[in-house]
Amino acid sequence: MNPAFDFVPVWTLILGAAVFFYVLLDGFDLGIGILHRFAADERSRAVMVASVAPVWDGNETWLVFGALALLGAFPLAYAIIIPAVYFPVAIMLLSLIFRGVAFEFRYHDTPYRRFWDRAFEAGSLIATFAQGIVLGAFIQGFQTDGHTFTGSSLDCFTPFSIVTGAFLVFGYALLGAGWLVLKTEGALHAWARECGRFALVGVCVGLLVVSIWTPLTQADVAQRWFTWPNFGELLPVPLVSAAIAGATWRALGRPGASFGPYAGAVGLFAMSYLGLAISLWPMIVPHHITLWQAAANPSTQAFLLVGTLFLLPIILMYSGWSYWVFRGKARPE
Amino acid sequence: MSLNPLLLSRLQFGWVIGWHILLPAFTVGIASYIALLEALHLATGRGVYFRISAFWTKIFAIAFGMGVVTGVVMPFQFGTNWSRYSYATANVLSPLFAYEGLMAFFLEAAFLGVLLFGRHLVPRWAHCFAACMVAVGTLFSSFWILAANSWMQTPAGAKLVDGRFVPTNWLEIVFTPSFPFRLFHTVVGFYITTGFVVMSVAAGYLLRERFVEEARRMLSMTLWLLLCFLPVQILLGDASGLITEQYQPAKLAAIEAHWHTQSRAPLTLLAIPDQQHAVNRDAIEIPLLGSLLLTHDPNGTLVGLDQFPRSDWPPVLPVFFSFRIMVGIGFLMLAIVAAGNVLRRGERVFVNRMYLRVFQWSAPLGFIAVLAGWVTTEVGRQPWTVYGLLRTADSVTPSLTGWNVALSLAGYALTYLIMYPSGLWVMARVVRRGPLDVDEHAPIEGAQPRSPTRPVPETPGQPA
Repeated sequence: MNPAFDFVPVWTLILGAAVFFYVLLDGFDLGIGILHRFAADERSRAVMVASVAPVWDGNETWLVFGALALLGAFPLAYAIIIPAVYFPVAIMLLSLIFRGVAFEFRYHDTPYRRFWDRAFEAGSLIATFAQGIVLGAFIQGFQTDGHTFTGSSLDCFTPFSIVTGAFLVFGYALLGAGWLVLKTEGALHAWARECGRFALVGVCVGLLVVSIWTPLTQADVAQRWFTWPNFGELLPVPLVSAAIAGATWRALGRPGASFGPYAGAVGLFAMSYLGLAISLWPMIVPHHITLWQAAANPSTQAFLLVGTLFLLPIILMYSGWSYWVFRGKARPE
Repeated sequence: MSLNPLLLSRLQFGWVIGWHILLPAFTVGIASYIALLEALHLATGRGVYFRISAFWTKIFAIAFGMGVVTGVVMPFQFGTNWSRYSYATANVLSPLFAYEGLMAFFLEAAFLGVLLFGRHLVPRWAHCFAACMVAVGTLFSSFWILAANSWMQTPAGAKLVDGRFVPTNWLEIVFTPSFPFRLFHTVVGFYITTGFVVMSVAAGYLLRERFVEEARRMLSMTLWLLLCFLPVQILLGDASGLITEQYQPAKLAAIEAHWHTQSRAPLTLLAIPDQQHAVNRDAIEIPLLGSLLLTHDPNGTLVGLDQFPRSDWPPVLPVFFSFRIMVGIGFLMLAIVAAGNVLRRGERVFVNRMYLRVFQWSAPLGFIAVLAGWVTTEVGRQPWTVYGLLRTADSVTPSLTGWNVALSLAGYALTYLIMYPSGLWVMARVVRRGPLDVDEHAPIEGAQPRSPTRPVPETPGQPA
């Protein structure tokens, strides 16, 4: 092992990819949970659950992997960020428990199916909102002395983080609607397209608000985007986002495009993610600590990298295969 | 009112991991049992193995789902409540946790789908292979988690630099002195726990004279398996004790409630340890046996807690009792299993109603023993998180206030108190329906699973 080798960029990529995969994958099954409440009838609800039942637990493992990759590669960031979002994380975990067990329980526990349906819906909604709070608090930054979080556990609840919470609810609902367009037929399919348009409006408003609010309140973010020549070079980011939003809107209205809405939602998330990365780079704890300052011992990063590079492609292959096995339109139980 | 965030964080961690451990205690064993049944079905072609396997697979799916969601909670606990521990140990421990996620989740997630839904989509051998891989996945999981736990008990292969552990030798980090016996002791304990659950379900069927062929097969197989496992487990426990004596003498002194160093020490069977005055009240002792058991010499000297500063003493009372509960249950289980095997003569074990009731009510024994063993080893590790090097008091997140933790603990308490009874109720419903005669070769419509687990039709006319 060459101790001079810098593992930070590769771990940044792996961590970034893990979080992105999590959002794309668990995003749509949480979105299905959010939309479940509004479905027209029992049959629609059954199809919605069946469309994610074989894959939801695989999707959720990306959350565990993301948390462990952060702990393993950037322990200082983990030790500052996670305590700072103590309550949103606890609320998210409790909500994920309810909506996770609901998959099995609602099937076997028929006398209490109503209860487990409500648990599935509320759990999905609240878990998503809590993740949005984490996102908002992360963008705003945390009070730290460089080693630990020094603020209060309530600091993360701000008007801004509540906006990002709502934004993420619309975002996951859009992913869920895109997934339903792909996996369903008939009335449910048509309904999913309407839901998708509704959610898309919420996403666009949210993106706009966050994009204006963040540079207004954070000088270093404004500096990055609104100085020359950065402004010219970064201009494509909002322009491409707007183009994707327009294309998603059209795809939601065009009966032929089954894959378009989900792909459009993924594109919007990718652009938001890119915008966030541009705003914060190279910080892992915004405004305070860089990726390099937070990095684990090179020996740790190397030891973990060997296995990760070997196992991650296998996991991706399996995940793809599993989606292939359960391809096609979903059917009710 | 002042709430102590350290104490509440310990309670919260104990609460979430205590409930979580009950699921691996069952899923690790049942995954291996399913793999064994699938292999027997493949080898003999007998339908009874298939029916038993399909039945336990349904229960496994429910327990596994609960294991996933309570498992997701765990890596976040280190961050939310134990951030200083995370910061100090991440360089050493995080790869072990991450490898658990990568290896175990990969294998389990990859092959669980095939095990649950794919019986008719893949050849028989491939289905059996999937069952084996799920079992291997659960064992990998045990391997890495217990490696991390053992490093905290008997740290090695790392040095402390500016308050953080820096790895020096990864082999030593993974294979610490207490790891091999801990791994085997825990996994065999999980197998035994599962065995008693299987016997309890089988005995319940025999008492009601339902599914008699399947129930006899389950009971007979499990009695043989447990007859092998229980004596091995007692030997593994003894070996673990000797490792503890060598590396964690204060923990061993607490287990035995030895306040003073002495040779020709008695074995204290029962007592009420009084930590403040460092004496045992109302002790029942057997002379010399303490030295004989622990040093294998009646004149052997046993280290007492007086060799350590009071600030390094673990809480003696819970460790003393939990150890006796674990050992007591171990011997009780051995007696039950031995008697069961004696009753095989003339097949009395399948019809003796009194004895079947004993089996039926013994299902919780393994779980209680697992929890008691876990309390012994984890409370016995106190006041350290990394033994002798990092104190629990220096591990907790500094920004937390007492009411922060009180609030989250209340949330976890409420959630688990709803979820676990519901899970038990759901599994009981599956047990009541029983291992019905499912057609081995029925295709599934359109290669689609019809539900998270394969549905079982209610059959009218089946005596309840």
